[in-house]
Amino acid sequence: MKPAVKRIIFFAALIVFWELGSRFELWHETILPSPVSVYDSLVAGFADMTLVYDLAASFRRLLIGLVAAVIIGTGVGILLARSKTADETLGTLVLALQSVPSIVWLPLAMMWFGLGEGSIIFVVILGGTFVMILNVRTGIKNVDPLFIKAARTMGSNGLDLFIKVIIPASVPYFVTGARLAWAFAWRALMAGELLSSGPGLGYTLRYASDFGNMSLVIGVMIIIGVVGAIVDLMIFQRIENNVLKRWGLET
Amino acid sequence: MFIEAKQINKVYFDKNNKPNTVLKDIDLSIQKGEFVSILGPSGCGKSTLLSMIAGLVSSTSGEIIVDGKKVVKPGKDRGMVFQQAALFPWMNVTENVMFPLRKEMSKKEGLERAQHFLKMVQLSNYPSHYPHELSGGMQQRVSIARSLAMDPAVLLMDEPFGALDEQTRSRLHGQLEEIWIDTKKTIVFVTHSISESIKLSDRIIVMGTRPGTILTDITVDIPRPREQHRQQIAALEEQIMGLLKTEIDKVIDEEQAYEAGS
Repeated sequence: MKPAVKRIIFFAALIVFWELGSRFELWHETILPSPVSVYDSLVAGFADMTLVYDLAASFRRLLIGLVAAVIIGTGVGILLARSKTADETLGTLVLALQSVPSIVWLPLAMMWFGLGEGSIIFVVILGGTFVMILNVRTGIKNVDPLFIKAARTMGSNGLDLFIKVIIPASVPYFVTGARLAWAFAWRALMAGELLSSGPGLGYTLRYASDFGNMSLVIGVMIIIGVVGAIVDLMIFQRIENNVLKRWGLET
Repeated sequence: MFIEAKQINKVYFDKNNKPNTVLKDIDLSIQKGEFVSILGPSGCGKSTLLSMIAGLVSSTSGEIIVDGKKVVKPGKDRGMVFQQAALFPWMNVTENVMFPLRKEMSKKEGLERAQHFLKMVQLSNYPSHYPHELSGGMQQRVSIARSLAMDPAVLLMDEPFGALDEQTRSRLHGQLEEIWIDTKKTIVFVTHSISESIKLSDRIIVMGTRPGTILTDITVDIPRPREQHRQQIAALEEQIMGLLKTEIDKVIDEEQAYEAGS
């Protein structure tokens, strides 16, 4: 059986069980709304455009934050890989900060940037930057010494060696870094939006929760999960697989 | 002399800071256009010596002169082919061969040159393939074309066929011999295979180990193509085998002593 077929059967069974459970009142509708009411609230949300605006707003923040995270992460990662002193000092700080969930920065961010866009984007940037830094650093440090030796015998050195050989050789790590940065940034974004003002998927989720609209809460959760899975599978894994294959890292 | 190594010594310090002599008093001279093999058991420092000629490794004392110039760093006058092809995976075959040319000639000239050398290694049908789409033997041929394309005075080869299967290796021996006859390059070829060195080279420098020294310098005067002179090959092979046996025993004894001691 094809994986796609297995998946369809699995999810169909899950939804059928969920719907039957609701129909036979194994649990109460206010605790866990049925798939049909979740579907209805999703349709209503898209019909009056709230969810469309939410998606647009969330993606705008994510895009700005992710691009900034990748740029900053690449810059700092290169610095850490090239300078031993930077690695021993700033590198340790990065390692420590990486283990701090970026959402805990929100109170500070609100003091610095106010309650709006600025603080959420700040949290998103922090979410993606550290993992990008660490991957870029590892990538540049792990370039096959043979490539460097070969390039040197062909007259390449210094900046030319770095740009023409070391950077391209570490592209697989850049891609993995960007993929992880996206995953972390997406989580940070949802957390940030839950705690701030709208529009945005996270904001709508909290709004629905405040009004006891559990079917919309579940609807938004499903959107978050589906968007996450689609972006990861369709964009990042595809790029990653192509790069790994081309770079000969996967057989 | 075209390549001259004078009194080369190389000492490494291991992690206990104990000196470890890899090469001891190496004197070697190679003439222009010669095909010289450096033959020895593993650990004899033959690859280190080759890397020194390439300028990738520095010696503790002594100097190496290539074409009248002292070697201090790598340069395009010395092309190197490694055991692994070391092709850049993000470039296709043609781009790889053009890599050393990009600064000194136009794209068009570089392309023509790349095509010429790819033809020489019989890979003109694979210009846009990426390294991962090629077999090990094909990758190594691209690597040879890449080195030849920068028109080096010397081609340094570090066990270039060591990772290939027997048939591929044998075919590449033939191709390399033809290339050498066509281009009249000086080739320094490092190997641990006695038959490979006899098949290919004018001269065989036999090295011993611990420390790495030159045991003997054998001139191979078997006419080419050499396949037809099996008896002479066998005789020479036996002679070298005898020379190396004591060296290999030395390695094994030392390893056993190390294991017993640890």
